[in-house]
Amino acid sequence: VSPKATELTKRLPVNGVSAARSASMMAKVASAKARNATKAALPFPLTPPPVPAGVEPREKKSTTGADYDTDWARSYPARLARVMLVQGLVRPAVKAIASPRVRGLDRLNGLEGPVIFAANHHSHVDTPLLLATIPEPRRHRLVIGAGADYFFANRLTAPLSALVIGAIPIERTKVTRKSADQAAALIDEGWSFLIFPEGGRSPDGWGQPFRGGAAYLATRCGVPVVPIHLDGTGRILRKGKSLPQRSVAVVTFGAPLHPAEGEDSRRFAARLEREVASLSDELYSGWYEARKHAHAGTTPPLQGPDTGAWRKAWTVGDRTPRRKRKATWPEL
Amino acid sequence: MPRPGFVLDVDRSTPPVLFHHGEGFRLEKLPADRSRIIYPAEPIEPIADPVGAIRHALANPLGDAAPLAAQLLAGMKLTICFDDISLPLPPMKRPDIRQMVIEAVLDLAAAAGVDDVHLIAALALHRRMTESELRHAVGDRVYEAFAPSGALYNHDAEDPDNLLEIGTTKHGEVVEINKRAAESDLLVYVNINLVSMDGGWKSTATGLSSYKSLKHHHNVKTMQASTSFMDRHKSELHHSNWRMGEVLKSSGVKIFQIETTMNNNVFGTDGPMSVLQKREWEWTARDRMTFLAMQKGLDRISPRMRRQAFQSWKAPHAMTSVQAGEVDAVHEVTTANVFRQHLVPVEGQTDILTMGLPYISPYNVNSILNPVLVMCLGLGYFFNLYRGKPPVREGGVLIMSHPTPWEFHPVHHPSYIDFFEQVLSETTDPLVLEEKFEKQFAEDEWYRHLYRTSYAYHGVHPFYMWYWGSHAMQHLGRVIIVGGEERSVRRLGFQPASTLQDAFEMASDVVGREPTITHLHNPPILMADVT
Repeated sequence: VSPKATELTKRLPVNGVSAARSASMMAKVASAKARNATKAALPFPLTPPPVPAGVEPREKKSTTGADYDTDWARSYPARLARVMLVQGLVRPAVKAIASPRVRGLDRLNGLEGPVIFAANHHSHVDTPLLLATIPEPRRHRLVIGAGADYFFANRLTAPLSALVIGAIPIERTKVTRKSADQAAALIDEGWSFLIFPEGGRSPDGWGQPFRGGAAYLATRCGVPVVPIHLDGTGRILRKGKSLPQRSVAVVTFGAPLHPAEGEDSRRFAARLEREVASLSDELYSGWYEARKHAHAGTTPPLQGPDTGAWRKAWTVGDRTPRRKRKATWPEL
Repeated sequence: MPRPGFVLDVDRSTPPVLFHHGEGFRLEKLPADRSRIIYPAEPIEPIADPVGAIRHALANPLGDAAPLAAQLLAGMKLTICFDDISLPLPPMKRPDIRQMVIEAVLDLAAAAGVDDVHLIAALALHRRMTESELRHAVGDRVYEAFAPSGALYNHDAEDPDNLLEIGTTKHGEVVEINKRAAESDLLVYVNINLVSMDGGWKSTATGLSSYKSLKHHHNVKTMQASTSFMDRHKSELHHSNWRMGEVLKSSGVKIFQIETTMNNNVFGTDGPMSVLQKREWEWTARDRMTFLAMQKGLDRISPRMRRQAFQSWKAPHAMTSVQAGEVDAVHEVTTANVFRQHLVPVEGQTDILTMGLPYISPYNVNSILNPVLVMCLGLGYFFNLYRGKPPVREGGVLIMSHPTPWEFHPVHHPSYIDFFEQVLSETTDPLVLEEKFEKQFAEDEWYRHLYRTSYAYHGVHPFYMWYWGSHAMQHLGRVIIVGGEERSVRRLGFQPASTLQDAFEMASDVVGREPTITHLHNPPILMADVT
């Protein structure tokens, strides 16, 4: 070893430790060795037994993701806590950030029992916005289908999602009956269910095709689906942004839809999507024009124009909801 | 099962009875063994699926009319007219029946691709409806779809460019209605029948007309010959409207009439106001506490706050029937459905009729019940709530309870102020004031301007209110108002009394010491079927 290299080695921080520090490190290593020795000395069952050689160890059962158990979040103390959180925190925050305008609530008059709320999805603001605007008493007896891979990914977000928004995990990445069975059981118990049938937030400001989950559950449980159109939440917190920006959100509730005789989930989901598109059209063209478009089958689709991605992105900004006309005196 | 209305004979065990008293109440003991109380029926069962019922009615019209969908064609001119703020009373909780019906009609029009659609509030000479009132009536969706482009508006009975003279009846009555409505390929009228007076040809022949046309039936002679105007077949007012309807029909105006009826669930079956809808002996401890708290609370707030509190009440009325098609056929069924809720069989007449007047009439929604309207509500509407003959004998006494403050809404009722100050100070005789003052008020440019551009009732409207009570004035020997402001009551030509007992004492001059008494326990609305 050259003298130059020896000098460089001495100057490296890891090698330049003081004698005291070196002693402390030695002590730590000794203590760890002693602990291991004690552990090894304790007999089974005080410590886990070793896995016999040649045996395949069992896979550990997951407690997060789609396997997260949310039953506790529907106990009375948890529900009470959620009511307080929603009323005391979520609603004021939504009011401050999104100044929501709610339309079409009269369409829910006379509706009894649990329902499935199905909304388009632009933003993380959508869920608190709906928690703040879905009318009572359903607001406080509501479970929300949330992506298991996102909201229930770890031991921190899973209980928070279950407690604050009353979420249950929905498997998005693989086909499984577990999520559907759990949602159906809750609907049968009288809980209303909020789901975003697009399966995730919009990546470009336009909608995505509706999946069949809401339609399947409605058919299976015999409950109506209330289509909801959300507008403006993309401006508040679109996908990819981390900080919200104040803007106005419009929530339009549609008339409850029932699966028709012999209608399968796929066709019902398509009808549901058309209905949400019509609610969007109602906001941009006015109710009567929207009805005319709906009857003529010319309702603009939620997915936007069938063009390239950049042109779709450009046309997002072209849409403006109809504004209220200023009151004027009649002209004579 | 809702219980029907009935007549209670008062005896010593009968509890004090509720009298509405403007924005307040009185509990009064009626003399035993010679008094009776007519109680209204409980709210009848509403239609479980109103939207479905409306669609069914549009698809299965009555009389000689094709289903609405078959009458709607792309390229046609469609006008939808609807009743104004005077119906229903009190205004109903959202969604209003008009909204449900208009949305169903427009949905069919949208399916047919009809572009040229106008919506008109058929208010005749009433005040224009404000934006919030229109929104409440037709719903936000319809309002926002049509109002911004100017296709939803109030009828203007003083706009010569938008009125069309259709013709003249065989009695020489001029028929003039809204030009747009008259020239449309189809006129759809959306009605709410709160009482049996509403609907039929009165909807179009009155609601869409002008002073020129209205004066033929809104006059003293017609009103005195209408016994009562709640009974179409004995109402000269309706005969005139029906003649005008014949002219409309023969001139080719194509009308598709949609009429609805509602139950008399005015104060709800639960909640703080429900006590006002219960029979006194059925008030629970909670009802009694609520009533006392309400009465004490109302005593402690200003009249303005009291008015605001009452005017903000939205009644949980619910639809009991809907029928559509040809006017006459529809109205027959409608009237039967109104009577199903309102009629209470009553035997014979009494010497005195008592009534407690509530805070609302058709002409003071979101406004003030001024003394002229007090007269109209009592002698016009409540007195006429009978079929057969009035529950009080000719020459009998009417005792009403209302504070009757000398107070007017300056925006809504400007001509009422002058009518009260100038006309009634000179005469209360309907024939004299009609002859001497009506034309001057009807043609006053300032009132005309306020009617057209502000939210004022037409200049001639207070006269009509007075004529409305002319049949009662002719029939009665005396009118006494209990608890009313003395100078207002005297200006109306009536007698003020501090208490009901004082009023009975004053009435004894006319009907003797031991008169028989009928109390009309209204609202909720009832109609005495007197035999």
